[in-house]
Amino acid sequence: MNIHEYQAKQVLARFGVPVPKGQFATTPDEAAAAFTALGQPKAVVKAQIHAGGRGKAGGVKILTNASEVRDFAARLLGKPLVTHQTGPEGRVVRRVYVEEASNVARELYLGMLVDRKAGTVSVIASTAGGMDIEEVAAKTPEKILTEPINPMLGVAGFQARKIAFALGLKDKQVGQFAALLASLYRAFIETDASLIEINPLVVTAEDRVICLDAKMSFDDNGLFRHADIRELRDANEEDPAETEAAKYDLSYVHLDGNIGCMVNGAGLAMATMDIVKIYGAEPANFLDVGGGASTEKVAAAFHILLADKRVKGVLINIFGGIMRCDVLAQGVVEAAKQVKLNVPLVVRMEGTNVVEGKKILADSGIKVVTASDMADAARRIVKEIGA
Amino acid sequence: MSILVDKNTRVLTQGITGVTGQLHTRACKEYGTQMVGGVVPGKGGTDFERIPIFDTVEQARKSTGCNATVIYVPPAFAADAMLEAAAAGIELVICITEGIPILDMVKVKAYLAGTKSRLIGPNCPGIITPGECKIGIMPGYIHKPGDIGVVSRSGTLTYEAVYQLTQLGIGQSTCIGIGGDPIVGTTHIDALKLFNEDPKTRAVIMIGEIGGTAEEEAAEYIKQHFKKPVVAFIAGQTAPKGRRMGHAGAIISGGRGTAADKIAALKAAGITVAMSPADLGSTMKSVLESKK
Repeated sequence: MNIHEYQAKQVLARFGVPVPKGQFATTPDEAAAAFTALGQPKAVVKAQIHAGGRGKAGGVKILTNASEVRDFAARLLGKPLVTHQTGPEGRVVRRVYVEEASNVARELYLGMLVDRKAGTVSVIASTAGGMDIEEVAAKTPEKILTEPINPMLGVAGFQARKIAFALGLKDKQVGQFAALLASLYRAFIETDASLIEINPLVVTAEDRVICLDAKMSFDDNGLFRHADIRELRDANEEDPAETEAAKYDLSYVHLDGNIGCMVNGAGLAMATMDIVKIYGAEPANFLDVGGGASTEKVAAAFHILLADKRVKGVLINIFGGIMRCDVLAQGVVEAAKQVKLNVPLVVRMEGTNVVEGKKILADSGIKVVTASDMADAARRIVKEIGA
Repeated sequence: MSILVDKNTRVLTQGITGVTGQLHTRACKEYGTQMVGGVVPGKGGTDFERIPIFDTVEQARKSTGCNATVIYVPPAFAADAMLEAAAAGIELVICITEGIPILDMVKVKAYLAGTKSRLIGPNCPGIITPGECKIGIMPGYIHKPGDIGVVSRSGTLTYEAVYQLTQLGIGQSTCIGIGGDPIVGTTHIDALKLFNEDPKTRAVIMIGEIGGTAEEEAAEYIKQHFKKPVVAFIAGQTAPKGRRMGHAGAIISGGRGTAADKIAALKAAGITVAMSPADLGSTMKSVLESKK
């Protein structure tokens, strides 16, 4: 789960990570009031959307009076902002963040993530602040320092100093950085974060080390123990079909093709998308109904698939292990009764109770094409939609 | 021969009285696995279908002499269950549970590194040596004893591969699901090392998916050290970047972990890659025939 910059800064501030003072606003008047409340000669107004590249796209501006802030907020709010990460349709700006402006002397990069290879949380640091870190990693890997953190020890003092010196920090900046890093790690661990990105981390003209931007993502599997973090979810930033699917504990990802896919198991679901493509069509989605899906869950999945108007045909591929084919068939029949099924349906079933499952489909009166294996299923659905 | 489990393996179930624990303990027992005990804190002294239940893994270990344990407890308690099993000295710990917080796994992995326990999973179907020992949730009947090793990050896609092999009359030595999470106990390379040393295993099917670089590292290992033919498949050739595809570990991030990169690395290591998931069995068949 991702959150907005202003939310990430609120979370980090709770752990003592230094961030600039600021306030979010949902209307131009609120934004102007936030500027006045800050009581500073200038402030930065930043569009809040779940995507990077806001500065280049015109979503960030330094302003010096309340009426400028009001005008700028009015220009942003309620309208889509298009950045290189949003796609051509952009993301609608619903909030702006009004923050005290900093006198930036140096821009650095600081990240923290779960490092699958090391099996630990690792710190990523670079002197190339304010730039796309993936590009830095690709072009100048020597500018990136990766430091794994021992989970039993946390950030050791020598590690903090090592990173600080590599970042070219000196004198009292080193101590400030070490404290910041320790707080950042505590925030990471105690919120079950999966990624924290401070880009840029800055050294100010006044010699302070602070987080000028902040991005936080959380491990979905850890959210159950963080009610406060769950509340930060912004449904506006998520695909409505994916939100609907999550209610039924279905794993769904919206894609651009026209073959709706329903599969059990993530690996098989990806493989099913792949084979659709091999036979010349494009999958409309990834959908894993999970291991022990009930009839209701299968019916809900079917509804979600058919709600996508671009879907010209549905391919169901089930390898019943825990999942029983008769339960799957019952769910499909029930859903097909509720929604008027007007696109071709191809079903491939194998495994537990496959005979019963096939009989339920055959006796149901719904128009179903049955397939003998995965390749046959893909071939048939592509033929049915006439692609 | 086989790897890790055989007819002598004595298995414990942690979380034996839950719905999943009951269902699969029963199915594994029916398959012929020696299910020797269960652990449910507070239910020690009772039994599940005449399988004795203990309060702690340590007690179960002493009473039953179990050398493997399978964990079905809910995500919030799974890490603790793995730690308990390792602390009790159980050699093989198999965690089926899906949805465990990744930072819990970071701790478990660090702790297990200092013990003799091997972890398989989490978020995996388990391990089976056909005809001898099934530990986990895979349907037993699709398997057939034989000499092909199977290692995979996915559950149902493994069933698909096994089913294709069995349909073609090709049996399996051991099939191991390593799990779909970003941090797992046993990796592709760990499993390959075991298959390399197993005289019964003639060739291996390796099934990977997008995310991370485990398949690339496995490719390098195979090129340097692996003595047997490998057929590979990578799921997620059509997956978009930056989206988690069901498995917590299946995400292309920072332009790394794409199917194309993995396939290229595998091919460069001389591994036969099946481009379609429908061709796993037939690709293995032709590889075996060419080696005759």
